[in-house]
Amino acid sequence: MKHILIIGATSAIVHATAIRFAETGAQLYLVARNEAKLRANADDLRVRGASRVEVDRLDVNELAAHGPLLERAWAALGEVDVVLVGHGTLPDQPRSEQDIDYALAEFQTNATSTIALLARLANRLEAQQFGTLAVISSVAGDRGRKSNYLYGAAKSAVTTYLAGLRGRLHRAGVRVITIKPGLVDSPMTAHLDKGPLFSSADKAGALCYDAILKGKETVYVPSYWRLIMTLIKLMPETIFKRLNLSA
Amino acid sequence: MSDYRSWGHFPDAPHRHVEPLTWRNAIPDLRQLPGPVLPFGLGRSYGDSCLNEDGTLLDVTGLDRFIALDEARRLLRCEAGVTLEQVLALIVPRGYFLPVTPGTKYVTVGGAIANDVHGKNHHVAGTFGCHVTQFELLRSDGERLRCSPVENNDLFRATIGGLGLTGLITWAEFSLIPIRNAMIEMERIRFDNLDEFFELSARSNDSWDYSVAWLDMQIGGKQLGRGVFMRGNHAKGDLGLEPSGDPFLSVPVNLPELLLNPLTMRLFNTGYYYAQLRRRVQKVVHYEPFFYPLDAIGDWNRAYGKAGFLQYQFVLPRSDDHRVIRQLIERIVESHHGFINVFKEFGDIPSPGMLSFPRPGVTLALDFPNRGRKTLALLDELDAQVRGAGGVIYPAKDARMSAADFQRGYPQWREFSRYVDPHFSSSFWRRVTPPGQRSSVQAFERSSAQA
Repeated sequence: MKHILIIGATSAIVHATAIRFAETGAQLYLVARNEAKLRANADDLRVRGASRVEVDRLDVNELAAHGPLLERAWAALGEVDVVLVGHGTLPDQPRSEQDIDYALAEFQTNATSTIALLARLANRLEAQQFGTLAVISSVAGDRGRKSNYLYGAAKSAVTTYLAGLRGRLHRAGVRVITIKPGLVDSPMTAHLDKGPLFSSADKAGALCYDAILKGKETVYVPSYWRLIMTLIKLMPETIFKRLNLSA
Repeated sequence: MSDYRSWGHFPDAPHRHVEPLTWRNAIPDLRQLPGPVLPFGLGRSYGDSCLNEDGTLLDVTGLDRFIALDEARRLLRCEAGVTLEQVLALIVPRGYFLPVTPGTKYVTVGGAIANDVHGKNHHVAGTFGCHVTQFELLRSDGERLRCSPVENNDLFRATIGGLGLTGLITWAEFSLIPIRNAMIEMERIRFDNLDEFFELSARSNDSWDYSVAWLDMQIGGKQLGRGVFMRGNHAKGDLGLEPSGDPFLSVPVNLPELLLNPLTMRLFNTGYYYAQLRRRVQKVVHYEPFFYPLDAIGDWNRAYGKAGFLQYQFVLPRSDDHRVIRQLIERIVESHHGFINVFKEFGDIPSPGMLSFPRPGVTLALDFPNRGRKTLALLDELDAQVRGAGGVIYPAKDARMSAADFQRGYPQWREFSRYVDPHFSSSFWRRVTPPGQRSSVQAFERSSAQA
C-alpha cells in the first residue's frame, strides 16, 4: 500500500491514520478545503517518513470539481492502492431543526458530497481492478437519536451506500471498508464534555489504519462500539424514544 | 476543567475557560478569551506556574505537528505542543537524540522552552534553551515574531525560561545530537557521604555526559549525604535504535496518604541504598530506564494521595566547605519526609534565558508529601537557609515561595516583566510579583476595566 489518496486530510482521525501510512514511506495525495491546514499536515507527514506528499484543495460541496480533482490525483500517484474518505462536520442539531437551509447544507457535506465522490471513485477503482476504498462513517448512522439525527441520517446514507458498493466492487477485487468511529476527542467534538467512552484521535487513527491493512469490511473504532451499538439497536422503540443519549 | 491541574495536585485552581488550540495558523483572538491567558501543555510543572486561576488556559497539545527535520544540520522544527516522547519516537530510529532531556518525556517542546528545563548533562550541555535555534512567538495583539539569537533577541531570551508569560510559542526549532544506538553505558556507584559525592561528581565531569545522584534521606551523622551516583554515556556500536513504548504500569487512582509514612520512607530509602550490593555496577541499558524511570509508572503522582505533594528544588552557589547543603540535608533527614530526590552539580554553561533557573552550583530536588502546615513550615525553614547561601528556587516546581525570595533570586524579573504579554499571566506570576509592577496584569486589568 504505497499510493494513498486522502480526502478530508485535515480531520484529526484521518491525519492520525495518514501518519501510519507516512511512517511506512508511502506516497500521499492529501485533499481538503483549507490550504494552510493542508500544508501543515503535509509537512508533518513528510517529516514522519512519507516518500512524497502532494496537496490539493477541494470543497467537497463543489460537486463539479470532483472529477478534475480525481483526474489530478490519479495522474500524480499513477495508481491508487488506498482511498481514504473522511471529510465531515458535526451539525448543530437544534439549529438544523429551525434552519432548514442549514440542515440541507450539512446533509450535503456529510452525505450527498460523499456519495458523489464515492460514485466517481468506484468507477475508477473498478476500472483499476484493485485497491481499497475506506470511508469514515459513524456509529451515529446505526440508529437515529434525537440528539443528532441529522448527522445520523447522513452517516446512515453513507453506510448503506457503502454496503451496496461493497457488493458491486467485490467482483473487481476492490475492497470497501466502512469505518464507524464512536466518540473521538477531536476538534469536531471540542465542545462536548468528555466521558470515559471517548477515545483519542491518535488511537482512532491507529485502529483505522489497522482495519485498512487487514481489509476488514465494517469496523467499529474502538471495537467495543460494536457491542454498544448492538444493544442500542436491540432496544425497543417505545423505550428508545424516551431516552436522552448524548452525543 | 478538573483535568487541568499541575503535577503536584497542589494548589487546585479553577479556570474560567480552556481553549483547545489545533492549528498554528488559525489561533483565535486571544484578547477575546475570558481573563488573562496562559499556555498549558501536559501539566508537568509541579506547582502553580502552569495554572491561571480564574483565567483561560490555552491547551496546546493539539499543536502536535512536525514541520521539518534537517538531517544535514541536525535541526528539528515542530509545533509547540509536540511532546518529547513524540520527538524521541521520530528521531531515535533515525539516529538522533535530544540535546537535553528532563526526567520525564511527557513534556511539550513549548513547556521545555518555557521552563528552560535541564537534565543529567547540564555540566556539558547546559539547558534545553541552549539548543533552541529559533521559534515563533504569537503575541496577543496578533503579531507573530520570529525569535532567535539574531532576531528579536530580547524576546528570545525572555521566552526561554519565561514561564509561558511572553506570548504563545507556536513552533520551535532545536538541535539534535547523533547517537549510534538507543543504549546507555552506565555505572552506578554507591557513595558513603557527601564528600564522596563531590569527589565522584568532579571526577565524572570530563568523561561522562550524564550524571546524577540519589541521596538516602533517612541517615545523618557521618553517613549524611550517602547515596547512589549514576553516570552514563551514549553507547557505541550497533545495538539497535528502538524507541520506547507506553508506560506499562500506572497508578489508576489516588492512593491513601497513609501509604507514604515515616516508616515506609525509611524502608524505601534504606532498601534503595542497599539494593545494590556491590559498590560499583556497570551496565548497558536502554535510554528509557536511564532517563525516564518514573515514566514507566503512569500517573505516579497519585501515589501521594489526594492531598498531592510539593516538589522543592533549589540550587546553591559553589562553596568549598559544603556547609549549607549539609545543613539542608540534615534538616530534611530530621523531618522524615522525603524519598524521591535528585542531586546534581550544575555546570558553567550559561543559558540565554533571562529567568533561567540553573546556575553553577549544586542542586537538590525533592518530593514532599503534602502534610499541610507541617510541610509548608519545613519548606519555609529550608527557604531561609537557601536564601542565606545565595541560592534560588526553581519556579517550575514551586507552589509557595515568597514574592521576596523570587524577586531576590531573580533580580532580572523587572527587566523580564517588560516582555510579558499584556494578556498573559499565571497564578505563579501573580503570586510572586507585586500588583503595582506586574506590568502585564496591570495592563490587562486596565483594558478589561475599560471594556
